[in-house]
Amino acid sequence: MSDIRIDAIDKSFGDTAVLREVSLHIASGEFVAILGPSGCGKTTLLRCLAGFETLDGGRIEIGGELVSAPRHHVPPERRNIGVVFQNYALWPHMSVAQNVAYGLKVAGLAKKQRAERVARVLEVVELGALADRRPADLSGGQRQRVALARCLAMESRAVLLDEPLANLDVHLRGALEEEFAAFHKRSGATMFYITHDQSEALALADRVAVMDKGRILQFDRPEALFARPANETVAGFIGEGRVLEAEDIRPLGNGRAAASLLGQKVELRCAPGEGPRSRASISIHPGDLHLVSDDATANADAGGIAANVTRATYRGAYLRADVMAGPQGSVPLSINIPAPASVSQGQRVTLSLRDGWVIPQTVHSAAASSLPSSACL
Amino acid sequence: MSLALDMPKRPTRALRFPRRLSGEYLLLLALVVFVGVLSVVPLARLAWSALMPHGVFDAERIADILGGRRVLEATLNTVKISVASTMLATIAGTAAALLVSLTDMRYRTAWVFGFVLPLMIPPQVTALAWIQAFSPASPVLGPLGLTLPPGTPHPLYSMGGIVFLLGLYNAPLVFLSVRASLQRLPASLIEAARSNGAGAGAVTRDIVLPLIRSGIFAGAALAFVSSIGNFGIQAMLGIPARVSTLITMIYRRLNSYGPSALSDMALLALLLAALTVMGMGLTAWLGRQGDQRVDAAQRPPRMALGRWRMAVSGAAWLYLVICLLLPLSALFGTALVRGYGQPLNAETITFENFANALFHHEGIRAAFLTSLWITLVTVAVLIPVAVALGYVLSWRKGRVAKLLRLASELAYALPGIIIGVAMILFFLRPLPGIGTSLYGTVWVILAAYLSNYLALALRPILGGYAQIDRGLDEAAQLAGAGIFSRLKDIVLPALAPSATAAAILVFMTAINEIQTSVLLVSSRAQTIGPTIIFLEEAGSSTLAAAVGCLMVVLVLVLMGLSLVFGRRLPEGVLPWRD
Repeated sequence: MSDIRIDAIDKSFGDTAVLREVSLHIASGEFVAILGPSGCGKTTLLRCLAGFETLDGGRIEIGGELVSAPRHHVPPERRNIGVVFQNYALWPHMSVAQNVAYGLKVAGLAKKQRAERVARVLEVVELGALADRRPADLSGGQRQRVALARCLAMESRAVLLDEPLANLDVHLRGALEEEFAAFHKRSGATMFYITHDQSEALALADRVAVMDKGRILQFDRPEALFARPANETVAGFIGEGRVLEAEDIRPLGNGRAAASLLGQKVELRCAPGEGPRSRASISIHPGDLHLVSDDATANADAGGIAANVTRATYRGAYLRADVMAGPQGSVPLSINIPAPASVSQGQRVTLSLRDGWVIPQTVHSAAASSLPSSACL
Repeated sequence: MSLALDMPKRPTRALRFPRRLSGEYLLLLALVVFVGVLSVVPLARLAWSALMPHGVFDAERIADILGGRRVLEATLNTVKISVASTMLATIAGTAAALLVSLTDMRYRTAWVFGFVLPLMIPPQVTALAWIQAFSPASPVLGPLGLTLPPGTPHPLYSMGGIVFLLGLYNAPLVFLSVRASLQRLPASLIEAARSNGAGAGAVTRDIVLPLIRSGIFAGAALAFVSSIGNFGIQAMLGIPARVSTLITMIYRRLNSYGPSALSDMALLALLLAALTVMGMGLTAWLGRQGDQRVDAAQRPPRMALGRWRMAVSGAAWLYLVICLLLPLSALFGTALVRGYGQPLNAETITFENFANALFHHEGIRAAFLTSLWITLVTVAVLIPVAVALGYVLSWRKGRVAKLLRLASELAYALPGIIIGVAMILFFLRPLPGIGTSLYGTVWVILAAYLSNYLALALRPILGGYAQIDRGLDEAAQLAGAGIFSRLKDIVLPALAPSATAAAILVFMTAINEIQTSVLLVSSRAQTIGPTIIFLEEAGSSTLAAAVGCLMVVLVLVLMGLSLVFGRRLPEGVLPWRD
């Protein structure tokens, strides 16, 4: 088990810069997820870490050993890193036990020790009974466990997972997410999990790095990403977030600030060092809005946000209403209304805002903190 | 409790190369040396001899040689023959592919086997068989009284005859390329056109043909390269007919003047190479932007021929009868009579020629054994090299990989006789270490085979790599396996079917091969391929026919065995399987 230090790495393919000054410091035994849309560079980051790609700039250290730098490249076979590929890449002509044992065999481990270790690792992933099966005869979940066992047998310093759940159906995903969490707990391995699915990332990881266009936008604990996004992109990406313009921000101390939003006075959360500003972007989520009244005119003086329902969609446990809000009725918002209430298209309603976050003013937060922001608060 | 703590320390690896020399560097170095010594350096030597034989570039000499009346005539003939036969092959091959892939023609599988068969028969045997199709011994034309009376000029001893035979010979190449395109054609495109009211003819004209254009022209490029470098047919028909082409000119001048004509012939070989590359460039340009949807989905639905089914199937089978049965039966007929020109009947039939060819003729047996062992060594060397080279070409990027790809493609495109000339030039001088020249020994032929067939072995193997998930190799790399372990443990098992197919193709092509070795054979080193030409030239037509028959039988046996034992081979690697 080792910590991973990625320092300002750059990688280009031809003229396309795929990674730009990416830095991440990952503690030993930590479970980190890299979250981003397809094409954001997250798979390239994984391949750089595994040693399949060389670097154009920056450096990567694993457990204090320099493994990648522009003129220094430790090949994948000497990095002792495990990768769980998207399709698991199990060797189809070998049995489960042979798949797990292969790395040990290459390393020259004696047959007896090899068998012992394979048996023990297969016990850990509860596959002991299937040791002689071929990969083709296993279910999706069992294949994944073989892939994990393969990393475990090699005592990999870190296990990298490349969108391991992307090809699976919803039912299997839930079960396999639990597998990952259990595996991490049992093995104590450093895990580096690539995904484009934020619910996976937020559910599994100790910390999540949000990536876009080759940059790390924010690297933080899941709840911090949700509640305290560092910039507008993260705010819009995580948890159906919406970014609104607020005016007249006046810090009240204690991490709170008064502001004017859609013509109403509201109180928001803000970073401790925040100063007064005339304008700011704020981050809200559908759950932060509440229906005060389904009749806009009755409570016009009570200080709610007037809105016009443009669409109401039945979502089972709640009703999703898309509304146009604000004095001019020009700001689109979404709100979740619990089951008994009902609104219909064209209805005038009044909303209230319970929570919001003033997005800190940064000069393009590319150099986003690589330390949990909770540590600073 | 961490699981890792109660496990023994990760073992140190046994026996390692020092880092700089490890695995991939060694492999790449070996491949560069192999391809360099066997392809790049001989071809560079050829270009050097052609352009500056005495160390200086002499434009006047080049203009003198290339401007000569005979060379101009041969060049013109070469271009005319290659272009015309390519067009013939393209039309026949495309029609056959459409028929086989899109219709419910009868007995399709057997027909495909028959249609592809001419490609596997050595061209000199094909030519010999066709020459004898009009002999009195022909079981087809003989009884019909359609044989040529003695003294009349043979219709195939003409430029038209050469074009006709080359066209038939290369039609399977176009067929294979077009069929591969058709198999990738999404069925929905055809179904959409049919639901819009297009009939079978309109669908073929407006939807299918435009979509497979690049496949057609890729096939045409192969047919062009094969026509321009086909020594067997050009020599067997062209030399008696006095239709001179570049390839026969090189052969005849080298035979008459020996190595003294080498630098002039090198220039002609270079001209031939230039024509080949130009032809390929032209077909590539014509086939550009062909809409190729790579879609491994279901095949296009077969269109019912309806009341035309019998007629179309009959016509297709008649084509095979004319192209296969007519010449081959004549070949067997000639092999079964004592002297050329005798009609085949109960009194004249004899197995003497076969007995001679198999048991009594020392030269034939020696030539066959030589061919056999050179071919086996070629297969044994080339398959591992092609697997390793395929690995680098498929999964490694960088300048060295690109250069290797270019070099191997160049060797594929160039006619075998050019490799032959290059090999003579390269090996004529005594080797530095040994002190003797390899010229005139089997080793030169072996070197030429290795150079010439690397690309042939590479093609099925590259196809195999395209189907392997690269993650399998990367996972083994992460498990600590070096390049040689990975090739042996991971790549080879997955690649075995393609490697087998490559071995079969190389073996069948090399065992009866003529174009490369015809310049390299000597009294000391004889291969079986050119033997037919020498026997025919020496007047032993019946013995030549018997040797040709045995070659055809060998080819058929090998093809049959590959079908019986090749059930596990992936689809599309054995050309003769539908």
